[in-house]
Amino acid sequence: MYRSTVLICGGTGCTSSGSEKIVAAMKNELARVGLEKEVRVIKTGCFGLCALGPIMVVYPEGAFYARMTEDHVKEVVEEHLLKGRIVKHLLYSETVEGDTVKSLDETPFYGKQNRVALRNCGVIDPENIKEYIARDGYQALAKVLTSMTPDDVIQVMTDSGLRGRGGAGFPTGRKWMFAKANEADQKYVCCNADEGDPGAFMDRSILEGDPHVVLEGMTIAGYCIGASQGYIYVRAEYPIAVKRLQIAIRQAREMGLLGKNIFGSGFDFDIDLRLGAGAFVCGEETALMTSIEGHRGEPRPRPPFPALKGLFGKPTILNNVETWANVPRIILNGAGWFASMGTEKSKGTKVFALGGKIHNTGLVEIPMGTTMREIVEEIGGGIPGGKAFKAAQTGGPSGGCIAANNLDVPIDYDNLIAAGSMMGSGGLIVMDEDTCMVDIAKFFLEFTVDESCGKCTPCRIGTKRLYEILDRITKGEGTLEDLDRIEELANYLKSNALCALGQTAPNPVLSTLRNFRDEYIAHIVEKRCPAGVCKSLVHYEILPDKCKGCTLCAKNCPVGAITGNVKQPHVIDIKACIKCGACIEKCRFGAIVKK
Amino acid sequence: MSEKQAVIPFRGTPEQEAQLNAFIQEHKDEAGALMPTLQKAQEIYGYLPREVQIMVAEGLGVPLEEVYGVATFYAQFTLTPKGQYRISVCLGTACYVKGSGNVLDEISKQLGIQAGQCTPDGKFSLDACRCIGACGLAPVMTVNDDVYGRLVPEDVAKILATY
Repeated sequence: MYRSTVLICGGTGCTSSGSEKIVAAMKNELARVGLEKEVRVIKTGCFGLCALGPIMVVYPEGAFYARMTEDHVKEVVEEHLLKGRIVKHLLYSETVEGDTVKSLDETPFYGKQNRVALRNCGVIDPENIKEYIARDGYQALAKVLTSMTPDDVIQVMTDSGLRGRGGAGFPTGRKWMFAKANEADQKYVCCNADEGDPGAFMDRSILEGDPHVVLEGMTIAGYCIGASQGYIYVRAEYPIAVKRLQIAIRQAREMGLLGKNIFGSGFDFDIDLRLGAGAFVCGEETALMTSIEGHRGEPRPRPPFPALKGLFGKPTILNNVETWANVPRIILNGAGWFASMGTEKSKGTKVFALGGKIHNTGLVEIPMGTTMREIVEEIGGGIPGGKAFKAAQTGGPSGGCIAANNLDVPIDYDNLIAAGSMMGSGGLIVMDEDTCMVDIAKFFLEFTVDESCGKCTPCRIGTKRLYEILDRITKGEGTLEDLDRIEELANYLKSNALCALGQTAPNPVLSTLRNFRDEYIAHIVEKRCPAGVCKSLVHYEILPDKCKGCTLCAKNCPVGAITGNVKQPHVIDIKACIKCGACIEKCRFGAIVKK
Repeated sequence: MSEKQAVIPFRGTPEQEAQLNAFIQEHKDEAGALMPTLQKAQEIYGYLPREVQIMVAEGLGVPLEEVYGVATFYAQFTLTPKGQYRISVCLGTACYVKGSGNVLDEISKQLGIQAGQCTPDGKFSLDACRCIGACGLAPVMTVNDDVYGRLVPEDVAKILATY
């Protein structure tokens, strides 16, 4: 019997900031003071508040320690675990109020969240199937196999209103119904864990923190459509997720929760992993299946849809990790419970990966219908440095930017599309006044040019031409006619590209052009980058009245572009300047400005 | 994804070949075995030179051009050897917005190589990578398995000096 439990986050964010060392230090310290039999140390999945990692939570008090170091571990062991005094100065500051310690639910970051897909992340040891089972794990599968027909299950999924969390938002129940209706000797269930959108990491966190929920969801679907084999296609860039999935699959097989005759029902189902190899297009469903088949991951035209001809030409359903994570909960709690959350057409919750210029970077799960303002200002804690909000980017390279005038729109699939963006898989990058929107559009186009598979001409050549126009504009060589050309080309791409990658590639350009047209015009007409990002359009200047002639800037200029005598104002030779910014950082008098 | 043939002579050992062949024997009858085999081959050899592609093609009974097609399609496969220390700078959106481009420029300047290249002594190779999912620590870079977060260009010299 343990009297205390220490949970240390073992997600990628916290592992990157050194949580493995914290685990080792904690075990050492506990052994040193002889508490190793009284205090249990568990490495969990993601707590969500990656900005404050490495994170450690001590139960039963629920004390939430942030930004742990090895020195802090010693203090926590000696004070908290040995003497029972919570070390307040190391706690997450939002949980401390005067002399009292608040629970996490009372903090702005966690208070507005509703963790359904993430319910076990940061709570259980993901490498131990028994902890998942203790949290009702595999009960939904037992219920389905022993008391429900496939049609019953599909009806529940349909009634719940669950829509695909990978971005497109197709109703999950309908997808399963189509795959069930198609007769075949073999069918497949696939999980899309090829989370390619830069800035999105919710699927990774679910796989790392609660891998069994995905296995359970897939097995339920296998029963519904009559499939005996599943594949999880996971990015090779996610080594921790891959390892935990391998452990989870092994444990589930050992317990008979995967394999032959599950729960004595006569139903057989097994799951194998397939690793991606760094191709964004493989997040597209047909490309993903082509890749599992061992080929170049190129998409194929639809129809036929995967529900009819998918993996190896057989009926297949493919859902995203977060979609799978919702399935067991819906079976256990009922369709009505799920449908009670969210908006009219978008039910349940959605996980967002908050990143960019925001205080609380990390993972949040909110009911559909929460506004962007609540996410950015309340949950996210606002923008650092007192800067002004400019835009929130959702949907990655397929999405767009939500400008300040749309901050109060309730978030759901349809509203985001109306606002010129899309749900996407859930990356949400906040941008402030220092971000140039033309540069961001160019950044995403560069991404899609690089990741276009080259199979269809509109995407292969169209994205490249679009990129070239944007590149011209950021160099001050654009014309106003270029803006019309962008729109014409973008609309052509939307209607003619083979797959979603090409069809959605113009979205970042179109949405920034719509919301921030004045910035484009400033680049073209005034040859000026208002945010001071586009290097060709900014130049550095020394303000003579502020310069003391200390020579520090001249000494640090890597190309010798700054001249002047001691104690006299210096001058920058604009032609020689490479705009590296070294002088601005070194100047102690604020005498150098970007214009 | 355009990659040239490696000019460095291939120095595979019989042990490596035996390891690869053992994997091929175990998996060659599975549907879609090519990708996992190439991943294994890259794990063994560090890269996929023509010699290794031929072994895979013959072992699996797949045309060499198909092996080459797959090996050049995916960003993770490399036909040229990487450095002893593989530096990757994340240019995912969250890192980019927080200035990872400047970090990449600084490394490039200090090592005298561009992204996608390797230093002449084979010590460092530099790549720009897509999101590694550590967006909470943006901007982020990795050197082999070590992760460095919340970077500013001034950190670069110190980090490189530790290798």
